[in-house]
Amino acid sequence: MQTITVDPITRLEGHGKFDIFLNDEGEVENVYFQIPELRGIEKFCEGRPVEELPRITQRACGVCPGPHHMAASKACDGVYGVEPPPAGKKLRELFLNAHFLHSHIAHFYALAAPDFVVGPQADPTTRHVLGVIAKVGLEVGGQVIASRAKAQRIQAILGGKATHAVCGIPGGMSKALTSPEEVAEIRSHCRDLVEFGKFTLRLFDQVVLQNAAYVDLILNGPYTMKTYYMGLVDPQGRVTFYDGTLRVIDEDGAEFLRFDPRRYTDHIAEHVEPWSYLKFPYLKAIGWKGLVAGKDSGVYRVAPLARLNVATGMATPVAQEAYEQYFQVLGPGPVHATLANHWARVIELMYAAERCLELIEDPETTSPEVRTIPTGIVGEGVGVVEAPRGTLFHHYRTDDQGFVTRCNMLVATGNNNAAICMSIRDAAKGLIRKGVEVTEGILNQIEMAFRAYDPCFGCATHSLPGQMPMEVRILDPHRVVRQTLVR
Amino acid sequence: MAEGKLQLAMYWAASCGGCDVAVLDVNEKILDIAAAADIRLWPIAMDFKYHDVEGWQDGEIDVCLFNGAVRNSEQAYLARLLRRKSRVMVAFGACASFGGIPGLANLHDRESIFQAVYGYTASTHNPEGTRPQTRLEVPEGTLTLPDFFDDVFALHQVVPVEYFVPGCPPTPKTIMTAIEAIVTGNLPPPGSVVGASTQSVCEECQREKSEKPVVAEYHRPQEVRVDPKRCLLEQGLTCMGSATRGGCGALCPAVNMPCRGCYGPMPRSLDMGADALAAMTTILEAADEETARNKTGRLADPLGTFYRFTLPVSMLRRAPKGPAVHS
Repeated sequence: MQTITVDPITRLEGHGKFDIFLNDEGEVENVYFQIPELRGIEKFCEGRPVEELPRITQRACGVCPGPHHMAASKACDGVYGVEPPPAGKKLRELFLNAHFLHSHIAHFYALAAPDFVVGPQADPTTRHVLGVIAKVGLEVGGQVIASRAKAQRIQAILGGKATHAVCGIPGGMSKALTSPEEVAEIRSHCRDLVEFGKFTLRLFDQVVLQNAAYVDLILNGPYTMKTYYMGLVDPQGRVTFYDGTLRVIDEDGAEFLRFDPRRYTDHIAEHVEPWSYLKFPYLKAIGWKGLVAGKDSGVYRVAPLARLNVATGMATPVAQEAYEQYFQVLGPGPVHATLANHWARVIELMYAAERCLELIEDPETTSPEVRTIPTGIVGEGVGVVEAPRGTLFHHYRTDDQGFVTRCNMLVATGNNNAAICMSIRDAAKGLIRKGVEVTEGILNQIEMAFRAYDPCFGCATHSLPGQMPMEVRILDPHRVVRQTLVR
Repeated sequence: MAEGKLQLAMYWAASCGGCDVAVLDVNEKILDIAAAADIRLWPIAMDFKYHDVEGWQDGEIDVCLFNGAVRNSEQAYLARLLRRKSRVMVAFGACASFGGIPGLANLHDRESIFQAVYGYTASTHNPEGTRPQTRLEVPEGTLTLPDFFDDVFALHQVVPVEYFVPGCPPTPKTIMTAIEAIVTGNLPPPGSVVGASTQSVCEECQREKSEKPVVAEYHRPQEVRVDPKRCLLEQGLTCMGSATRGGCGALCPAVNMPCRGCYGPMPRSLDMGADALAAMTTILEAADEETARNKTGRLADPLGTFYRFTLPVSMLRRAPKGPAVHS
């Protein structure tokens, strides 16, 4: 048996790698996608005052600390049995949507665009963000940097810092948004970001949708998988990020579950495999059946593709138009094409920008009343938000003084762990066949299955050139290296 | 590679990626850095191969900015490898400098962390008691995972370090100040902190302070509404500002939240947590020793608060191994 080890650079400090095992016929026998990293945050949160957890748990990830900060703040509300006043909730929602903008902009332009703008089989020395800029123009590159910076700035105004913000507190936000200068600055950034969102939709249309080969690649090829889908929806069933009801649909689009996210342990459990530090969540009603797709497997998917699948629409006008076009082109849904995540992400970028503008124009957002002071304690709280990479759960139990006794975090990318393993395996099986030389282009097409999820394993894949540096070794049955591909 | 340009490497170990995002947050100035230096290694931003680093000459890199703590065997290996290849090693960010928040894992050990993560956490279903294995035979071959240490280490506890850039994450200003010092060669003696202040966070905090502060008792942030102008410590919040090196611009107090010390201890401090505890207690109003002891005893989680970013480099360093410790 041969092994192809696709070794992201970050294996060196342990963020993710996959091993492709070939049989003697040169066909893919199996693929293991491993997460070799663990920090033990859940353990060292025990004993801490629960109000400190919004500041501690976000150190799980410096690329997506914002959603952790928000989920933790909501869990703290639950522990103390308090609801933030409307302005407290709206500021949190504004903060979270600004975070989505920063994250989705970075992912689309730096990671996804190289495959589509430059081309999936293009020379890797041009298949990166600079290659994208070369094709679309330097001015666009400047706009991307400026737009991401504006989204970071909104978070910094509300949270003290863009990365590892400190504003979330049990019962609301630490500071109201009452300074006219700050309101004016945020409003100006939001307006610019709405325009940038429209520009990004147009760019996606020109570059991807006008290219029949790319549409075919999205819809067909080895990138389609039928699973359950999960995401938060608002009372009208539309996509929402900060608060909502969790909806799960099956592969035919029928509603399988609809539940209060605080009841997540009734519906979701996590399986442990001995070959990865990351656990494998699944739907309890079906059970863990291994890395298999379909209705009989408890594997479900989250993140942009899943969120659009479970929703009936988008809550803002421009994003809604884009949502309608998406299902017109890709079929009535659910969309099973993993690569459609990129399109769904751009539609969400549009929604986040429009939602930020709505929130800053809403006079209630700038009310000075942003906190509810707790008067008692419940001792348990679950905080659930959508993060750019999927549904994020924080669950704390405390003693009667609010000191943590148990902490559980089910992180966004974790939900997709099984699906990512399966997508890589299916892509490898579809692309590596007997007699087919394993070229760099083929490896990139395997990697595209992985990249569509925008997985965030300690940010391993947030590599600006739009590719994970890889070394691939093909070994014969005696473990002698026959071929090495490096890029 | 231009002749005579600074050869720069950046690497991340047990870190969240926030330090790398912070470097991106210098925005267009990133182009100035690229103009002044050859960035030879930066996993978040550019291609890089393991063998390349091993193939470099010893001392070939002028400066290595290393972020993240060291908590497994591969990270320790990379720290040693990069140390050998670099003339100047910089601990970049709170985790590399002091252990950071991941360093709170030193309150526990590997076994108790595994018991939580793969055992009793609320959504884990693991009746077989499966644990990740560092080496596993599967039908198709052998799979490996790195070994997880009992302890979290700051970088200088693993290899010699010349300079420290604090912060969780360092602010763009701290980063640019440090990089300018490095590029121009205008550096203080080895062992120094660069890019930050020599004075405390209080010196740059805009909140109003009184001459002789007295605190009747300490509160937890959710219990009180604070005066938006006055010093948080004087209002009874356990703000670490006076025990913490400045340079951040007092960003947390600016949004009404107490400092937690991510820029690390003041110059010549022996133990940051002890400094903070001393600062809290000396201004505590107490008529007698017993009152003082009672009020001090009610401080919420001094261990996890005052050593939030520095436990591995403190005089405590870690909890005794064995059963879980609660402060």
